[in-house]
Amino acid sequence: MPSEAETEVSVPVGSDADIIIARQQGRALAEKAGFSGSDLTLVATAISEVARNIVEHARRGEVVLRMIHQGDKRGISIVARDEGPGIADISLAMQDGYSSGKGLGLGLPGARRLVDEFELESSVGVGTTVRMKKWLNSHRSVAKYR
Amino acid sequence: MRVPILKQGGYLIASVQSALTDRDLLDLRDNLAQQVGKFRSRGVIIDVTSLDVLDSFAVRTLRTLAQMIRLRGAETVIAGIQPEIAFAMVQLGLDLGDVATALDLEEGLVLLERRTSRGGRRAKRSGN
Repeated sequence: MPSEAETEVSVPVGSDADIIIARQQGRALAEKAGFSGSDLTLVATAISEVARNIVEHARRGEVVLRMIHQGDKRGISIVARDEGPGIADISLAMQDGYSSGKGLGLGLPGARRLVDEFELESSVGVGTTVRMKKWLNSHRSVAKYR
Repeated sequence: MRVPILKQGGYLIASVQSALTDRDLLDLRDNLAQQVGKFRSRGVIIDVTSLDVLDSFAVRTLRTLAQMIRLRGAETVIAGIQPEIAFAMVQLGLDLGDVATALDLEEGLVLLERRTSRGGRRAKRSGN
């Protein structure tokens, strides 16, 4: 069943200050969606990692935050999109400890562990899109790469 | 400067009040490394109680900061990591290595006192 968008926030990301705006907006939306406590921190941290990935590798892009429903489930969807250089070797980028930027190499693989669903789509020269979902009261993890 | 650094006796206390950009974190690192020399401080406490996120970049910068401070001959304690943040760090696979942590500012001061007192320092050295 397709998810139905209820509330959507789009945050343009082009500097390290935008990383903070993105995660604060995400936290606020997640709170509206019913998340609380450590889940809010997980959502905000995951947004921070994917937004930093944009700033480091593509310089600019956007993070789109959305409240979602699927049957009885409620949650938040986070899409980080850029038209940067793209990732040549996705499985390498998803390895713990691999970094081509200034992070610990834990950004994307780390973000994956903070959410329930994680999808990474990237083409060299076209850009990268990370789609993450976190469901209320759900603790399973599904990851897909293309 | 986004993070005020207070001098208290032989210690410097950096009290983080709001969310820090990457630039702010790097500035904090460089300012502390400099001020440790200027004030001949024996220890530094970074109070992160009011932070709501510590992501991979922040953790890496704090680790580098603590290593730099150690090379300058002083000790660093990170105080006030909130339980939700501790949980997120574990999920992310992040740790602070051998950087000392404390529950809050008060415990941080006690820890620094122990680590930088003469006897403590000698005992630590001989223990290594």
